[in-house]
Amino acid sequence: MTARPSRLREKAEVLDTAALDRALTRIAHEILEKNGGAKDVTFVGLRTRGVTLAQRLAAKIASIDGASLPVGTLDITLYRDDLDMIGAPVVRATDIPFSIKDKTVVLVDDVLFTGRTIRAALDALIDLGRPKMIQLAILVDRGHRELPIRPDYIGKNLPTSRREAVAVRLTEHDGEDRVVIEEPEEA
Amino acid sequence: MGWTRKDLLTIRELEAAEILTLVDTAASLQEIATREIKKVPALRGKTVVNLFYENSTRTRTSFEIAGKWLSADVINFSATGSSAAKGESFVDTARNIAAMSPDVVVVRHSSSGAPALLARELSCSIVNAGDGAHEHPTQALLDLLTIREKKGHFEGLSVAIVGDIAHSRVARSNIHGMKKLGMTVTVAGPPTLIPPYAQELGCKVSYRLEDAIRDVDVIMMLRLQQERMHAGLIPSLREYSRYWGLTLDRLAAHARPDVLIMHPGPVNRGVELSPEVADGPYSVILDQVSKGVAVRMAVLLLLAGGRSGEAQAQ
Amino acid sequence: MTPERHLPMTLLIRGGRVIDPAGSVDGVQDVLVENGKIARVGAKLAVPQGAAVIDAAGMWVCPGFIDMHVHLREPGHEYKETIASGTRAAAAGGFTAVCCMANTQPVNDNRAVTDYIRAKAESEGVVRVYPIGAVTRGLEGKELAELAELAEAGCVAFSDDGKCVMNAELYRRAMEYTLPFGAPVISHAEDHTLAHAGSMHEGVVSTELGLQGIPAAAEDVMVARDLLLAELTGAHVHIAHLSTAGAVRLVRDAKARGVRVTAEVTPHHLLLTEDAVRSWDANTKMAPPLRSTRDAEALLEALVDGTIDCVATDHAPHALSEKEGEFDHAANGVVGLETAVTVLIDRLVRPGRLSVATLVSRLSRDPARLLRLPGGSLGAGAPADLTLIDPDGAVTIDPARFKSKSRNTPFAGWAATGRPWKTIVAGKVVWECPPK
Repeated sequence: MTARPSRLREKAEVLDTAALDRALTRIAHEILEKNGGAKDVTFVGLRTRGVTLAQRLAAKIASIDGASLPVGTLDITLYRDDLDMIGAPVVRATDIPFSIKDKTVVLVDDVLFTGRTIRAALDALIDLGRPKMIQLAILVDRGHRELPIRPDYIGKNLPTSRREAVAVRLTEHDGEDRVVIEEPEEA
Repeated sequence: MGWTRKDLLTIRELEAAEILTLVDTAASLQEIATREIKKVPALRGKTVVNLFYENSTRTRTSFEIAGKWLSADVINFSATGSSAAKGESFVDTARNIAAMSPDVVVVRHSSSGAPALLARELSCSIVNAGDGAHEHPTQALLDLLTIREKKGHFEGLSVAIVGDIAHSRVARSNIHGMKKLGMTVTVAGPPTLIPPYAQELGCKVSYRLEDAIRDVDVIMMLRLQQERMHAGLIPSLREYSRYWGLTLDRLAAHARPDVLIMHPGPVNRGVELSPEVADGPYSVILDQVSKGVAVRMAVLLLLAGGRSGEAQAQ
Repeated sequence: MTPERHLPMTLLIRGGRVIDPAGSVDGVQDVLVENGKIARVGAKLAVPQGAAVIDAAGMWVCPGFIDMHVHLREPGHEYKETIASGTRAAAAGGFTAVCCMANTQPVNDNRAVTDYIRAKAESEGVVRVYPIGAVTRGLEGKELAELAELAEAGCVAFSDDGKCVMNAELYRRAMEYTLPFGAPVISHAEDHTLAHAGSMHEGVVSTELGLQGIPAAAEDVMVARDLLLAELTGAHVHIAHLSTAGAVRLVRDAKARGVRVTAEVTPHHLLLTEDAVRSWDANTKMAPPLRSTRDAEALLEALVDGTIDCVATDHAPHALSEKEGEFDHAANGVVGLETAVTVLIDRLVRPGRLSVATLVSRLSRDPARLLRLPGGSLGAGAPADLTLIDPDGAVTIDPARFKSKSRNTPFAGWAATGRPWKTIVAGKVVWECPPK
């Protein structure tokens, strides 16, 4: 999460609809492969697009493996390290209606940037129970890490400059499936 | 909408959207109570002072748990029997507390307006935990959260608030909140317990329990303090309970089958509520109590969780 | 003080607008003062040799204002006010005489206290001070004070102000007993049982704020009783700080019936309403409380038509510690001497709701008349007590600049136009507005 300049314009398309779907399919296969199947695998998506991506991954695995994996929703507002720098916090519910104890939790988010959101998510998850393992699935890794965090599954590696923004657009929220890179409009 | 206030003093001064922000945030935070480890780091390093000039174990404990679950340091300052008893004035006490640099002071006081004075005196956030017969915003918020959970919405609901309206801060905060959210409110009780010009607050007035509870979605019964009898406002508890006590018979005869029975507690069983009603299927009194912590977490988080500079500049 | 003791001098106040309701004068005139008395009022008077001259062009020149209801707090509560500070506050507010209430410590219910107040006023005061004696011993409402001796010692009226004499029989006897003295009994008309533990007017705002209210009936009931007792005894009853439309109606009816009743109103009851209490500022708390808009309108109407005889401030100094805490625990009362003239001119005279002549009359001629005090007129031979006003002087009310020891005003921060310019007692300028 980063503060965005007020006006952005699209610079380039990173993933089109088909490429986005292929990336998710690949990640689904990788999850099954790395964990030797779907046993004890659960998904936790980060609000808001991470949840949607987690649901799609679960659906993919259901179609490949037949397993119906649970998907939970995590709101990390209460764990952010920058609460003092934002306005009054907007908290939405965390909803993980299953036990994560001794499970393999695949944490899903759309973009990995500084790593601070994932740090908060790890703390939040561990407060909810003791999983056997936590893995991280990311659609776009744009670099610029500030913490020692590395994803297990990556849809696309995308070198960016800090002034650019990566927008993941999903049909459920934005009416289309695309990933674009944006840059500030020149004044 | 975003929260920008420094203090939570009254429901009257809030916009409907602000009330909903508080209720929504509280709804989101309820999940924490179901966790094995009931603690989130949001208010780490923040200090909450509970400044209670009236005994209220329930409200104080509720704020204390709320603060602790959010990882704030919570200090209880019971002003009854401490410096207040030694003659230190309210304002002096306030200044002494300010010297401890708290982020939030939660104040309960028997004098209406005391939290407003404190808010003027101190630069930290002030939460009104009940002042005199003026307001009790967090109680109204937990009542509203309970109503929404049970009824699904606010707009168009009708509520009867029954009993000692004149001396009730709970009634005032609820009237303001319910009106702002599109509900209709009737206050009911013997005329000596209805404040003058009550209809100016935007509610209907009824002097008959049977009329007041007919066809409403929610009945909120208020606690009758024994002192009212000695002040000549009612002849006897016996008579009050006979005409104003909510019994199963009265409910069956006059109220809707899906009515909610609420009470801010503690209940005088057999006076304003018969035990069968208090513990019966209509009653959501225990739901109200369980919402208390979530509402107070929401209040503390919105006041102390954000960028202090921006929140305090209003 | 005995102003006559000061050096005889001649003073000519030249070119001001002289407003003397007692002499039906309102126009640009000169006022000649000799030996502490008014010598002549007329156009373009010659300047006598050696006379001091005040150029009062553009100013109002009025008979000295009299505040018949103040609390000077001495003896006993000198931390709030003293005779020295209170009379300086009076002078700075344009008042040349004040009547001080009996609720001091000890209570002014015996000659020794009256003598003390007068002696202090003479040695340390700067305006005239007329003591008001207690009706009952210790203001306890149980036994009559030594009323005859108080009258002889110089008390100009009798009152338990601050408390109401609830015992009707005792109050009746007080009215009868004081008949020969020619001094009125002043009623603090508030039924304690109805006022209960209230801290503001009972109305919409008290309901909203959850403060215990004092119904208008608490005053009306007692005014009605006192009017009936005045009718019964033939005594002169003066109702202090009238605050309700109901009480106005009762006084108006009683006057029409020929009852010997007079009444006063304070600037705060004329200009403020219960709405001011929403601030939780204890400087909006007093007895009787600020009432509704309808009441304030009735009071102004009564002041204009003469149902209410005079404006008095009920100047009630309190220390900050008595006013800064919880509203319901705060002391009753506000200071008024240094704000009355300014707020009345700005809020009533300038918008045309009250004529200058009526305002001046209600502050000078009328209180003098009802208490039979010297002053209140600029007729030849009258004491040379004058209040000079700068009607165009702009001020922002700043309690930090008060001469009073206390700062408890509800008018702090008000921007207003019209203010006292010079205050003259017995021909001597005792206060003048500092140059900018």
